Amino acid sequence: MNRIQRTFARLREQGESALIPYIPVGFPAAETSESLIRTLCESGADLVELGVPFGDPLADGRVIQDASTQALANGTTLRACIEMVARLRPSYPELPFILMGYCNSFLAYGLERFAADAVEAGVDGLIIPDLPSTMADPWVEIFRPHALDLIFFLAPTTSEQRAAATMSKGSGFLYCISVNGVTGEREKLPQELPAFLKQARAATDLPLCVGFGISSEEHVREISRHADGAIVGSALIRVIQQAAPDQLEGEVRSYMQRLKNATKPITQR
Amino acid sequence: MEGFYGKYGGAYVAETLIGNLEELEREYLKVKDDPDFRAELAKLLKDFVGRPTPLTPLHAISAEIGRPKIYLKREDLTHTGAHKINNALAQALLAKRMGKQRVVAETGAGQHGVAVATACSLLGLDCVIYMGAVDAERQAPNVQRMKLHGAELHLVHTGQKTLKDAISEAIRDWITNVNDTHYLLGSAVGPHPFPNIVHDFQSVIGLETREQILEQEGRLPDCIVACVGGGSNAIGMFSPFLEDEEVRLIGVQAAGKGFDTDKYAGPLIKGRPGIFQGAHTYILQNSDGQIGKSHSIAPGLDYPGVGPQHSYLKDIGRVEYTFIQDHEALHAFEYLCHKEGILPALESSHAVAYALQVAATMDEGQILVVNLSGRGDKDLSQAIEALARLKEKEASVS
Ligand SMILES: Cc1ncc(COP(=O)(O)O)c(C=O)c1O
Repeated sequence: MNRIQRTFARLREQGESALIPYIPVGFPAAETSESLIRTLCESGADLVELGVPFGDPLADGRVIQDASTQALANGTTLRACIEMVARLRPSYPELPFILMGYCNSFLAYGLERFAADAVEAGVDGLIIPDLPSTMADPWVEIFRPHALDLIFFLAPTTSEQRAAATMSKGSGFLYCISVNGVTGEREKLPQELPAFLKQARAATDLPLCVGFGISSEEHVREISRHADGAIVGSALIRVIQQAAPDQLEGEVRSYMQRLKNATKPITQR
Repeated sequence: MEGFYGKYGGAYVAETLIGNLEELEREYLKVKDDPDFRAELAKLLKDFVGRPTPLTPLHAISAEIGRPKIYLKREDLTHTGAHKINNALAQALLAKRMGKQRVVAETGAGQHGVAVATACSLLGLDCVIYMGAVDAERQAPNVQRMKLHGAELHLVHTGQKTLKDAISEAIRDWITNVNDTHYLLGSAVGPHPFPNIVHDFQSVIGLETREQILEQEGRLPDCIVACVGGGSNAIGMFSPFLEDEEVRLIGVQAAGKGFDTDKYAGPLIKGRPGIFQGAHTYILQNSDGQIGKSHSIAPGLDYPGVGPQHSYLKDIGRVEYTFIQDHEALHAFEYLCHKEGILPALESSHAVAYALQVAATMDEGQILVVNLSGRGDKDLSQAIEALARLKEKEASVS
């Protein structure tokens, strides 16, 4: 079992679902990025999704797009993201770190070299929104021997046939997109979500994690009833953007703790 | 249908769009050989677009250069004034067949936006156009036209505020409204099956040219030149000649203010293969894989990527790709206006400029065809200002 599998197994035993924060590396500033990520690691994150900033993030909405642009302006490169994981790894030996980035960042680095460097740094998996499973065979071939999980998406528009192919190629968990659309906060979860997740559950043994638009404790609580994890990006970034600089870590900590609480069974809350 | 040209192409997009792309491919394959669709499109191309466009011999310029006979394929004479209408109308018809009532599109020079707005107005479809704020400023007449045809125009203020950012926003809109919306992509770029579809719908340019040159000259041309932004007018022109090894094919990219400055486009010359906006293809990028800034005086050529088939044709050496700078395009723009009474788009002026250079190396009796992809009305004020600045600068140097 790898770190991601062990994490989901442990959570399943505890009857909890996973809280997965997303944050671009180098955001909001190069100097504060590491301590902010450490705050996430220490305030309830079960897995951490670190964004590799890309200038043209097609699957992302305005909030993540702007945060990525800011991170790029702060000089963040893919190498810097790998090095960030290498610095965090000794402090959090059991916490899975997943890099989320766009194809071209990895291609430009060189896939083989990237896989080797990422594993050595302690990266556990990858989320690449512009790499659908149909295009991924050459990537899977390179990453699998390094035991890097390639995490694929399932969308409400995904056909049953494609879903089967996607599940057979992916590992780690399945990233279920709550709505058709780009990332960003939303008021309400779509009504169809439980049925969508139920269908996915019947088709795969992979843990199901839901992202895109997850913004509140209520959302997380609702998702925990149907899935194995909730991914929170834009809403977390907004908390960071709105916090006064001297209260940043405190606000992030309490926001995370509230969300984490919502992943636990009612008896433990 | 194949999603790749060699290693180039593919569909590197968000999972949400895959179902839609598969549907598009299915529906396209259905209409491709459907006589009803073909007949309806042919009729619209004739009665509405004004096809076939002429193949015009350039007597004055040919006489002045004294070498090959030069012809222009007159896409500038289509309704709305550029080759973009061929593809826009055909895809709008396809969208209608697919039962999509809403169309989104991007535009750089505004020619594609105008063509889409026109086609949607003709066919009764809802139309949403994304345009970079910088492009909207330099192509003001086209902005007005789109609005008159009833299009909803969204100016894009992110990134470089030009074509690439307009494409990104159009794709985001499409991801969000995937069920009822067709994305009407304007060049031979993006994820499969778009490069294929645009290639097919633009091939009418080359097919007509082939027929016309055989009729007028009794043989194929020795050389064909077209400008390459995303690459749709060029691929449409080249496509029916790809098997004719004796026909030299030249694609002209925009070198902006020159490759020794930081203001140029031309990914086939200065780029590296990578993945951008849905396809594996040559792109301008830095060592970290971030997409490069691009510049051309011609907004339609101001794009850091290129259609994947061009990447393939470059690698196998079937098409030569070269470049022309802003000032050379401006001189060609003025020269064609002055000598032949034809006002070319700044994009097309790149092809004209290079064609004039090639002509000087060709022999008498040879035939050179230039694709005049569009007319320059949209560029008038920009071009006149730039020419005035250019002459001032040239006068101060000499
Ligand atoms: C007149 C004209 N020519 C050429 C182009 C470049 O596009 P492509 O390379 O797809 O033909 C444009 C794009 O807007 C255009 O308006």
